Amino acid sequence: MAKVHTKELIDKFQLELVSGEEGIHRTITTSDISRPGLEVAGYFTYYPAERIQLLGKTELTFISEMSAELRKERLAQLCTDETPGIIISRDLEVPNELLLASQASGVPIMRTKMTTTRLSSRLTNYLESRLAPMTAVHGVLVDIYGIGVLIKGDSGVGKSETALELVKRGHRLVADDSVEIRQQDEETLVGSPPELIQHLLEIRGLGIINVMTLFGAGAIRNYKKISLIIHLETWDSKKVYDRLGLDEETMRILETDVPILTLPVRPGRNLAVIIEVAAMNFRLKRMGMNAAQQFNDRLTDAISASDEEVF
Amino acid sequence: MIEKKVTVLLKTGLQARPAALFVQEANRYSSTVFVEKDGKKANAKSIMGIMSLAIRSGADLTISVDGHDEAEAMKALEAFITEQE
Repeated sequence: MAKVHTKELIDKFQLELVSGEEGIHRTITTSDISRPGLEVAGYFTYYPAERIQLLGKTELTFISEMSAELRKERLAQLCTDETPGIIISRDLEVPNELLLASQASGVPIMRTKMTTTRLSSRLTNYLESRLAPMTAVHGVLVDIYGIGVLIKGDSGVGKSETALELVKRGHRLVADDSVEIRQQDEETLVGSPPELIQHLLEIRGLGIINVMTLFGAGAIRNYKKISLIIHLETWDSKKVYDRLGLDEETMRILETDVPILTLPVRPGRNLAVIIEVAAMNFRLKRMGMNAAQQFNDRLTDAISASDEEVF
Repeated sequence: MIEKKVTVLLKTGLQARPAALFVQEANRYSSTVFVEKDGKKANAKSIMGIMSLAIRSGADLTISVDGHDEAEAMKALEAFITEQE
């Protein structure tokens, strides 16, 4: 399960740490944000303590109008052992009682210039991408004409060599051999390289090469949405390969079904060109032009027309 | 399929050269081999995959092997990373 430490939020959004330094290694496990309005009003039954708490102008004004005793009690209740942190927006003043509660419980209190709504949406976006379900797959991810194509297949089938030729033809390498895939939202899978091996490609006989220094910054990308999977396998004469392209197969990664094409590998087949065309054809299909379907319709028409001639 | 938790005893960890040897060893078997470290999984037959895990000495790995020569493969790979020089 992915998690984010409060300290990462401080670094990412340049928050000012007001108090509770011992708590900055607390973990955040949900991308939901809480604005504890009802809680400061006294209703703690469903207080989501595990979330980042956001105090804006409304909450703080409400708090300032309370009696000192009540304020002390409610703010202490906000600071639980679980609470990953409380952020004050608009650079507003932190109530004294909150500072005391934070010192007692070790909950980090942070402050920013941003407005509450803006901060809330930026925090949600960041946490959602960081906490997204992740998996690593064995394969090569290349951006071909803007389509993220994940090339899979057994070791030694020629994935990296194909990627090299695609890069030579002007396409972009995202990751070689190991691709980290995150579920950005229901429909979107985003692949990126593990940091240690980004920009690198391993070619048997050559060793490790750096695609960015060899081919320039235009030859690489750091992440890309995955739209199509190409599965390479050694040609099996007994297996039936798709000859029409009428049906679309899919493969499930995390929670998304991605279209997959199986390409048999045989000496003399130029895989890079075939994959390039597969990507273009995929784009065309998404724009509503399906060559196989159109041909199929024409063939059906021709057959029924010749039927009419007979009778 | 067999799965085993192994602690890396190889002094240098899996630096580039030992990693290459490890991958070479894995490729001698027809079984599929995966190595998992801190929830990250990599194909043991892919050098970049293994190196991206940055496996140091003392790290805890889970090796999973699947195929008809899984027992030998597991034995050889375990011997490789638990070897102390």
